[in-house]
Amino acid sequence: MNKASSWQLMTTVMRRDLAVALRRRSDIINPLLFVVIVVTLFPLAVGPGPDILGRIATGVIWVAALLSSLLGSERLFRDDFLDGNLEQLVLSPAPLPLLALGKVAVHWLLSGLPLVILAPVCALLLKLPFEAWGTLMLTLLVGTPMLSAMTAVGAALTVSLGRGGALLSLLLLPLFIPLLIFAAAAVESTLVGTSAYGQVLLLAGLMLLTLMLAPLAVAAAIRVSVN
Amino acid sequence: MAFDSWQEVIWMGGYGFYVWLAFGVSILAIAILVVHGLLTRKKLAQMAVKKQQQQQRIARRKQQERHRSMVTNDSTS
Amino acid sequence: MWKWLHPYAKGEATYRLLGLWQPWLSGLALVFVTVGLVWGLFYAPPDYQQGDSYRIIFIHVPSAMFSMGAYTGMAIAALIALVWQIRTAEWAIAAIAPVGATLTFVALFTGAVWGKPMWGTWWEWDARLTSQLILLFLYIGVLALYYAFNDARTGAKAAAILALVGVINVPIIHFSVYWWNSLHQGATITKFEKPSMPPEMLIPLLISIAGFLFLTAALITQRLRNEILKQELHRPWAMEKLGVEANHGV
Repeated sequence: MNKASSWQLMTTVMRRDLAVALRRRSDIINPLLFVVIVVTLFPLAVGPGPDILGRIATGVIWVAALLSSLLGSERLFRDDFLDGNLEQLVLSPAPLPLLALGKVAVHWLLSGLPLVILAPVCALLLKLPFEAWGTLMLTLLVGTPMLSAMTAVGAALTVSLGRGGALLSLLLLPLFIPLLIFAAAAVESTLVGTSAYGQVLLLAGLMLLTLMLAPLAVAAAIRVSVN
Repeated sequence: MAFDSWQEVIWMGGYGFYVWLAFGVSILAIAILVVHGLLTRKKLAQMAVKKQQQQQRIARRKQQERHRSMVTNDSTS
Repeated sequence: MWKWLHPYAKGEATYRLLGLWQPWLSGLALVFVTVGLVWGLFYAPPDYQQGDSYRIIFIHVPSAMFSMGAYTGMAIAALIALVWQIRTAEWAIAAIAPVGATLTFVALFTGAVWGKPMWGTWWEWDARLTSQLILLFLYIGVLALYYAFNDARTGAKAAAILALVGVINVPIIHFSVYWWNSLHQGATITKFEKPSMPPEMLIPLLISIAGFLFLTAALITQRLRNEILKQELHRPWAMEKLGVEANHGV
């Protein structure tokens, strides 16, 4: 199999995933609504004062993003597993990690990118000072691909289980901790008036590492699950 | 010995509760692990006995059947 | 390595070899841990700053060391299981994870109890304690995944992948937690810092560390032997080891 047709296969898989997902829009919208509702709950719980809300805003938005990524994770492989498409992918001549990367990219396009666009609304609701909005969106832009890739690893591991929800969060949430720490620290340093370059670059480095290694893990996990 | 009496050992310079709590729970946790391992082995032995009985039952049944078929063969001939 | 490893890929040979080691490991563990802890508890001098509360170190440091060590060992077993498809390595994951989780719990608990007199609180978001807590979650995740599947083989392979993903993440998590800690506070961590330990304290600590090494190895050996028997119960040799005369093909 030559290189060109591998790419072709990957784009075909991506186009198909995109078409399937766009036909079931509620699966895309519900995790986003989840984020907005969680963000709404916090001022009701801790009071609407701008001092406390502004302090916890980044943390709340990021934790809500982590949890929503778990909510939408079933979409990645479940249907393909049930209707046998996943088996076809394993048998296809194109390298499986490449196809996995394609699926991750589509998942990010439909879950990560909307989150980045949604972030200003959440920041507004939580009274995050305006000068930090850009950094928040930047961390989400750099961090959500990582989120999608890691979620794909967990989803591929638990796809044959049927009821993987709680288990999935147990597997994945500890692995998200560095992401949470660096993202929150980046916004924090903008708030105190220093540059967030270092933290964002660290996040970008982690993202590249994850995007390089996660597809391999996804491919291995799919092979185990399908077998 | 860093202490003069057993009372001082238990008192631990005022930190007795913390020191003995830490040591006690740690040793308990490791003891539970060891006992769990021993119990697992015991359970495996019980499973093996059950399996053996099952095998013996099957073997006996087979023998009986063979015997019966031999008897019926005898009667027809 | 393959040539040396191959005979031990068979359950029975590994079981025999581990059986040879187990009494030695258990004996050494018992002797070293007892000597280390008794020395540390009763004979080592009190610390000039922390008084007698520092004696928790004789459990805390060794268990913390081998909770990390066991995770590395588990990841190596996972790599062997995935690359060479050796079943004994798959079972080793199930044998190491509970031992590592227990050691992590011990390190976490002793750290928290030590923190109470030193920091005045049972739980301080100290970098060392926080990363131990995360390590505990990672262990629980591997165990949960291992036992989540009906097919033991699938569970073992899935857990192996997760252990490998985890071991890549452990240094990153470790670094990020230490960095996060340095952002939010600086004073508390130095209390644990021991630039130089007098030999009267260091020697029992080293003995205790050696003891915990043997203890970890002995516990893993015990559980691995159980796991081998469990998985090979359908074979006559395993039945015989459990004291039952197997009668196949009667």
